[in-house]
Amino acid sequence: MSADNVLLAASGIGKHFGGLAALSGVSITVRHGEIFGLIGPNGAGKTTLFNVLTGLAVPDTGTLIFDGHRIEGLKPHAVAGHGIARTFQNIRLFGSMTALENVMVGRHLRSNTGVLGAVFRTRAAVAEERAITRRAHELLDYCGLSAHSNNLARDLPYGDQRRLEIARALATDPKLLALDEPAAGMNATETAALKALLERIRNDGVTLLLIEHDMKLVMGLSHSVAVLDYGEKIAEGEPETVQRDPRVIEAYLGGGFA
Amino acid sequence: MSWSALFTDRRWRWIAWSAVALLLLALPFIIEALLGRSWVRIIAVALLFVMLALGLNIVVGFAGLLDLGYIAFFAVGAYSYALLASPQFAVHWPFLVLLPLGAAIAAVFGVLLGAPTLRLRGDYLAIVTLGFGEIIRVFLNNLNRPVNITNGPQGITLIDPLQMGGFSLAHTHTFAGLTFAPVHNYYFVFLVCAVLSIVLSLRLENSRIGRAWIAIRDDELAASSMGINTRNLKLLAFAMGATFGGVAGGLFASFQGFISPESFHLIDSIMVLCMVVLGGMGNVAGVVLGAVLLTALPEALRYIGPLQQRWLGGVIVDPADLRMLLFGLALVLMMLLRPEGLWPARRRRVAPVHTGNADVG
Repeated sequence: MSADNVLLAASGIGKHFGGLAALSGVSITVRHGEIFGLIGPNGAGKTTLFNVLTGLAVPDTGTLIFDGHRIEGLKPHAVAGHGIARTFQNIRLFGSMTALENVMVGRHLRSNTGVLGAVFRTRAAVAEERAITRRAHELLDYCGLSAHSNNLARDLPYGDQRRLEIARALATDPKLLALDEPAAGMNATETAALKALLERIRNDGVTLLLIEHDMKLVMGLSHSVAVLDYGEKIAEGEPETVQRDPRVIEAYLGGGFA
Repeated sequence: MSWSALFTDRRWRWIAWSAVALLLLALPFIIEALLGRSWVRIIAVALLFVMLALGLNIVVGFAGLLDLGYIAFFAVGAYSYALLASPQFAVHWPFLVLLPLGAAIAAVFGVLLGAPTLRLRGDYLAIVTLGFGEIIRVFLNNLNRPVNITNGPQGITLIDPLQMGGFSLAHTHTFAGLTFAPVHNYYFVFLVCAVLSIVLSLRLENSRIGRAWIAIRDDELAASSMGINTRNLKLLAFAMGATFGGVAGGLFASFQGFISPESFHLIDSIMVLCMVVLGGMGNVAGVVLGAVLLTALPEALRYIGPLQQRWLGGVIVDPADLRMLLFGLALVLMMLLRPEGLWPARRRRVAPVHTGNADVG
């Protein structure tokens, strides 16, 4: 593994909430073009690591290097600007907007019409608006949501809301897409469709970081897996190796089974 | 064909909008013939409130920031105009300078209010903005000592009307056989400004900026994760909203010829907020409707005194008390029957675009 192949290097990340150590000294390395699975029991610190990574929480210790830039402690919009987009465990769409407009919001970062352009409808502003709309339609199509483009996000079925979050995140042109339990609450058919979508996104050149409880999905998709337990990383490596790791089995099933 | 289709259908919309324009142009004369000149004044004031409500709608309706001190920006605009176009400092700047200046000063005050309150939302923001509104009014009330700037509670009188060259809106003009009293003149100026405010609001709403505001309103955390600089966009919402208030304030000062801190109480902020909420938060058409109705309704309720006299043979309940009672009742009823406002916001539909397959990355 060469160093220039590394997209994200988190080292020694620590985060405390009062007396509780949500993360202590966690290091992970995500390479370009892979699907990286982050697993662990409930409360292991996976979402906290996501929040640290995307600027929603400031780490107490450690460094984050993404694509050659130090990003720890940056504001969320700045992190998004560097090319990390995310979805949320508890879906956070813009409910009063249509599916299309949700994706159009994702283009905010890659467009620059200001107040004057909007008010005077300058040629550049109109062209940009058209490009935003076209791109948003493309991404809805890509995620299989074109039928819903004019429906309000809050009226969409649950599984479609999850995919809309992915479409919205893709609109920011991310290098790394961080997905917090994308298959939660999905049935087997929806999960299979999601798996195909995620593989397609990766094949189109986006690196994926995935928190997931569906072991079959995460082991089937990921090239590397890291396991968190009580805020510490207990294993990292290829899915087959990690699955056989006694500490991982103990963390999931409790002592005595290993 | 439905009524709304008249305004969107390709063949009919030109005729429909021309009819609306003609009606608005003829309105002051129709109103004067039917209800008397005092009602022309009321519809002119209603147009000012349309501008105010549209400005507040940017802050409350689009960006979702509850502002209870909005009238302060109206006051800032009015005083900026009054101080620089009256005998108070014996300066008489032209309105073409003063209106943009008032807007700019109000925008600065908008940022001054926005900057310390960036982390606040909902009730907490409401309390701080309420305090801000009161601070501005108390300042205006007391800035007559040790140096007399605002003339305190006496207010500022003899404010210049809108005028250019020898043409003043405060004079009566005759044109094409029609008599234009000052109130008519101002009606037409306010109409132009109100229409501009509507166009501005609609264009902002349907732009990258407007979508970012609405995203912040719906979910601020998700908005920032999608790359929206929430700090800058919230400040921009405060500044834009204040701009509308500043211009309306300057127009108000020139129209009245007299202003005092009495015109800028908390109740006035609440009134503008009522217009926004009652009309339909976030929907420009609804907000315009709310502003017109809530300006006209309290005036219409003044007829209750004479009506009592006629039907009951005497004034049984003081009309002033009954007026506010009925007004409050109307607000409560409307909120019960139409909690999202008279004309709620519906997100716009965007025409479908046919595309090939997308590639990501």
